[in-house]
Amino acid sequence: MRKSLLFIPANHPAMLQNADIFESDSVIFDLEDGVHLTEKDAAKDLLISFLDTFKLSDLEIIIRINKITDLKEIMHEQIDTILLPKADQKSLLLLDQTLTTLEKKFKLKKKIGIIALIETPESVLNALDIAKQKRVNGLLLGAEDLATYLGVSRTLEGHEIEFARNMVIYAAKTYQIDAIDTPFVNTNDLSGLKQDTLYAKSLGMSGKACIHPNQIDLINTLFLPSIEDIKYAQKILLAKEKADQEGLGAFSVDGKMIDQPIIKRAQNIIEKSKG
Amino acid sequence: MKTFATAGTFESNDCIVTVKKSDVLTIEIESVVFEQFGIQIEKVARQTLIDMKIDHIHLFIKDKGALDYTIIARIKTACKRLGVYHA
Repeated sequence: MRKSLLFIPANHPAMLQNADIFESDSVIFDLEDGVHLTEKDAAKDLLISFLDTFKLSDLEIIIRINKITDLKEIMHEQIDTILLPKADQKSLLLLDQTLTTLEKKFKLKKKIGIIALIETPESVLNALDIAKQKRVNGLLLGAEDLATYLGVSRTLEGHEIEFARNMVIYAAKTYQIDAIDTPFVNTNDLSGLKQDTLYAKSLGMSGKACIHPNQIDLINTLFLPSIEDIKYAQKILLAKEKADQEGLGAFSVDGKMIDQPIIKRAQNIIEKSKG
Repeated sequence: MKTFATAGTFESNDCIVTVKKSDVLTIEIESVVFEQFGIQIEKVARQTLIDMKIDHIHLFIKDKGALDYTIIARIKTACKRLGVYHA
């Protein structure tokens, strides 16, 4: 389950070698904006040397590529997912074909997934088509680039990305993939991070990207269901079990009729509570 | 035609590698942990050059506590930038 996804610039040895101690669910080794244009070659060499040396277990390894052609140089058995910047249907098709070729060439036993970065007005409008592309198992909203395209400033309230957040969520939920919220860029403002994360979660985001290790703990905690939610979900599932044994089609909990969507939601909460 | 190339940074856990074309193979190391790890750094550097089949070069490593994987990567990048290695 992707609650927290930590960006780590791929040309930064001190951060690379601590990737698995930060306790994020996923790490995104960044070859794009986190690496200076003149250092892309060094970042690729460092990343490959790092992956050759350290086995990162229990951690999803995501690479934000700069160009699809990067993959020829950085393909590695430890990579689980590719984060594709400025994703659109055409680039996703090309990425799928490239991955298919490279998986065969490198004799990989697993199929590499794709998270599509939704960060242009066009990709927001096409989010549904993007979400259904092959291998895509998550949509990540990139609000900073999007705000630049829209010619607006980012605010703490986030009204300027409300539409984009909803498009990402509705598209992702339609295809039952992850809706991942944009990072909160003020790394010193944990109270702002809390407000932003709770709001994104209330809309339907399933996780959030982060750009500093100090954001992980809060995000992980906030994306877990509350104790009250878990207790209520357990109550519903117990009542359902009892109703099944008694052959009852309908039942109530605390005076409220319980139907299939509520049962499904309770099952989801219990699943999420396992972390 | 480049006569030298560098890779890496001065940040901790990193190193700056400078390579220059030369008639012979020479390795020079300056490290904050030279007493403890100087021999190991040289061993890693020498093996990396052997793996890349490079034996005519002057290699200078200014180390700030880099692990082996970083030293290997920085040497490769510097040699690619100099045009003496193509992976």
